Amino acid sequence: MEYFIELLFSGLTRGAIYALIALGYTMVYGIIGLINFAHGEIYMIGAFTAFIVSTVLSILGFPLLAIIVLAGLAAAVWSSAYGYTVEKLAYKPLRHAPRLSPLISAIGMSIFLQNYVLLAQTSDFQPFPELIPEFDFMEPFVHIVGSSDMVILVVTTLMMVGLTLLIKFTRIGKAMRATSQDRKMAMLVGINVDRVISATFIVGSALAAVGGLLIASHIGQINFFIGFIAGIKAFTAAVLGGIGSIPGAVLGGVILGLTESFATGYVSSDYEDVFAFSLLVLILIFKPSGLLGKAEIQKV
Amino acid sequence: MNNTILKVSGLSMHFGGIQALKQLDLEVNRGEIVALIGPNGAGKTTFFNCVTGIYNPTEGDVILHTLQGKTSRLNGLKPNKVTEKGMARTFQNIRLFQSMTVLENVMIGRHCRTHSFILGAILRTPGNRQEEQAIIERSHEILEIVGLADEVDNYARNLSYGAQRRLEIARALATDPSLLLLDEPAAGMNPQETQELVQLILRLRDQGYSILLIEHDMKLVMTLSNRIYVMDYGEKIAQGTPEEIQSNPVVIKAYLGEDLDA
Amino acid sequence: MISFEELKRSFLVSLWFVFLTFPILVIKANPIERTIIWRWENMFFVAIGSFVLSILIRVVNTQKTKRLERRSASDSDTTTSEPLIQVILQNPRYLYPLAGAVTVFALVFPYLFDTYQTNIMTTALMYVVLGLGLNIVVGMAGLLDLGFVAFYAVGAYSYALLNAHFGIGFWMALPIGALFAASFGIILGFPVLRLRGDYLAIVTLGFGEIIRLILENWNEFSQGPSGISNIPRPGMFGIELSLEAAILYIYYIMVALVIVTIFVVNRLQDSRLGRAWIALREDEIACQAMGIDKTKTKLTAFALGATWAGMMGVIFAAKTTFINPASFTFLESAIILSIVVLGGMGSILGVIVGALVLILLPEYLRALSDYRMLAFGAILVVMMIFKPQGIISNVRRTYKYQKQKSGDVQ
Ligand SMILES: Nc1ncnc2c1ncn2[C@@H]1O[C@H](COP(=O)(O)OP(=O)(O)OP(=O)(O)O)[C@@H](O)[C@H]1O
Ligand SMILES: [Mg+2]
Repeated sequence: MEYFIELLFSGLTRGAIYALIALGYTMVYGIIGLINFAHGEIYMIGAFTAFIVSTVLSILGFPLLAIIVLAGLAAAVWSSAYGYTVEKLAYKPLRHAPRLSPLISAIGMSIFLQNYVLLAQTSDFQPFPELIPEFDFMEPFVHIVGSSDMVILVVTTLMMVGLTLLIKFTRIGKAMRATSQDRKMAMLVGINVDRVISATFIVGSALAAVGGLLIASHIGQINFFIGFIAGIKAFTAAVLGGIGSIPGAVLGGVILGLTESFATGYVSSDYEDVFAFSLLVLILIFKPSGLLGKAEIQKV
Repeated sequence: MNNTILKVSGLSMHFGGIQALKQLDLEVNRGEIVALIGPNGAGKTTFFNCVTGIYNPTEGDVILHTLQGKTSRLNGLKPNKVTEKGMARTFQNIRLFQSMTVLENVMIGRHCRTHSFILGAILRTPGNRQEEQAIIERSHEILEIVGLADEVDNYARNLSYGAQRRLEIARALATDPSLLLLDEPAAGMNPQETQELVQLILRLRDQGYSILLIEHDMKLVMTLSNRIYVMDYGEKIAQGTPEEIQSNPVVIKAYLGEDLDA
Repeated sequence: MISFEELKRSFLVSLWFVFLTFPILVIKANPIERTIIWRWENMFFVAIGSFVLSILIRVVNTQKTKRLERRSASDSDTTTSEPLIQVILQNPRYLYPLAGAVTVFALVFPYLFDTYQTNIMTTALMYVVLGLGLNIVVGMAGLLDLGFVAFYAVGAYSYALLNAHFGIGFWMALPIGALFAASFGIILGFPVLRLRGDYLAIVTLGFGEIIRLILENWNEFSQGPSGISNIPRPGMFGIELSLEAAILYIYYIMVALVIVTIFVVNRLQDSRLGRAWIALREDEIACQAMGIDKTKTKLTAFALGATWAGMMGVIFAAKTTFINPASFTFLESAIILSIVVLGGMGSILGVIVGALVLILLPEYLRALSDYRMLAFGAILVVMMIFKPQGIISNVRRTYKYQKQKSGDVQ
């Protein structure tokens, strides 16, 4: 039973991170219908920025709390900046191109960013500083759920509540919803669609960056390649929940996290990634609209 | 001998909550030109899509009796099967193969009547070569019928709007259809092009094709059609000869406030 | 020519990139030795580089608009001068001698250069064939297959395993590997080919990764990450060749395969099937409405592409005599995709040139080889934006009919 609960929590933690990244995929897809293949790299860049900033600050002797706040901020700022720039450079010129063109461009961006970080930093795994301390009050439960798990769950929940509020109640959130429903119409009623798209990339990237920071500090190491697998898994989560649907992304993330956790815990850990990929393939084949998404019939 | 070519009965289609077609019945007889008209959004294109297998209708039957005397039920079939059975269509928003030549566009239409495959293509067997030559010849003939013989090697994307519409018809003709479905063939054409189109459609009728067409140009509809069906909000509201339709109060009411292009 | 306003904008762009790349390009922190290296020179490069690039793009763009304006102004000048390459391609008088010269050069290549060069050339030729194979799937049929490398792996492992367990030789393995890969293509293709384009891309990527992960973890079957070694090089009539001779032999096998592939792909492209692929790429719905069986047509493209990948897999195993799952990552698929995209989707000559440039350039310019993958990524983006039809775009052939018609009339 204890093992079960342990797996449950580790699954939830993973799922929360997948959900944070999946939100970026789902929001972008909802608005411009593009699978932003480079989103995993944005998350990786977030993690790397956090790594660089926190290492520098810790060498300079900053207190832990300041390091956490500054590293988190830096990760969010730079990830957003990258997300924004990638959209402007690689996707915006292709907005009226055939559907596969922006996807190919996105794949190119993903490969480019991976190798950019590889060349500018290193190909080795880097030890990530442990930013989240072991809390004393967590002591009695530490054998089933660690402090960092707890922090991840709390922070992601807060982020999601924040995102929901943003989308429901702010001007830009309403513009996002309008644009994703009907871009032409949104343009006609005077919404600046370019601005909405940029905002979507910025918000999605910032969420991914927080995910990157949390998971890197949880696992304790990063390298340039972490974005690839995490990206695909998060995309799986997004599709599972129904791409374009925000609650779907969260649901998909949690289901995927739990599946992985239990499958590796009870079946075999060798095939960890195979479970996720198989799930991806199966959903796309049998229910491409996902759990909460709408099936679309192409208008002719 | 049966004189009906297409018999649609009780055709319905839902999109989520919207009911785009409600229990529609429609018939086309051999050698007839039948028009399907109705205000924007009435469900005319949806009707075509359901009949040609692009959408899967929620309810109803679509029966085709071909010129060759075969009878087949089309509902539930894939679009390519429907075309194989002997019914071809054009699209309201032109869907040509833009980066192919005019001739190749028509050659694509011959696909379902020809058979050469991987090995034939690689080895260029005599049989394959003959077939290929026959495709080219037939496609040329069809392009002559629609008046595009001078454009064979031009890219489809370089054609004028009117010519593109005619190329769509040519491509559909290449599939040897018994029944031709035309979705707003005159849309975007100037008066002279429209006049040529009327001539073309009449010629096709005389060559034995039956034609079902959607059109907003009332003058064209009234001159061409033997019979007219009128739809509004997914329902058939009237049917009859052009004279009957013109004086039908229900039809006039449905069109009130509508912009008659005629 | 460049206004002050434009200079200012380029300057802002440059500033933005300095900010953007600051943490990753400038700071290098080592958490273990607790050292920080500040690489200010990188900041300088980024500033200059992005400024110059931004200006360049602006200039190119204004010229493009000017050219377009000029063209629409003088409508009489519609005969756009075709690029030299297209002129050569379309005229057999130039094309055949050129092709002949290239073939002769390929045949004498090993005598002009040393074994090392020959080996590199063999690799390049393998990518030519892989590119042409993927070109059927992506370029002609418009199916973005991101798991192409899986079929390459199937071919390689077919040979390695069949040889290890049953002693099957290279020449037997070549068709078997191709067949296995084709069967795999059909089995995988069947459920996924009805998916929309972008989902198809992701599913094929997923399949590719699944196959690699299985090869990596199923030790009893594939010997896991350590791979399979001592795969024999191809023998000639049962005689084992020396290393040098074997390299030469594989080189000539590859030359022959390239020629066969070009021949086959060229014929396919101009056939009923090839036209159906291109139509499918252009408009699926119209294509179906014209009576083309979408699934069958896609499946043929998928399986044919896989066949070539499988064949190259066998060659790869025979050439390197050692294979492991690390050779079959997504990046490999991405490289082949870059070749197709750079060369021009659907363009046979383009893909050949693309493969040679992308594989040979990093080999000969060692300084560049570190930046290889960076460049491949950039190529995908830049080509999509500036030249989606590739460096040598595909021109549809015209069909001769009038002549034959006059012949018929006689
Ligand atoms: N794929 C679809 N999903 C949802 N609704 C659809 C779809 N296709 C059509 N509709 C709806 O069905 C109704 C009928 O549309 P349809 O295109 O058939 O009209 P139409 O009579 O052809 O009009 P027009 O004269 O403007 O071409 C419209 O309300 C349209 O929005
Ligand atoms: Mg319509």
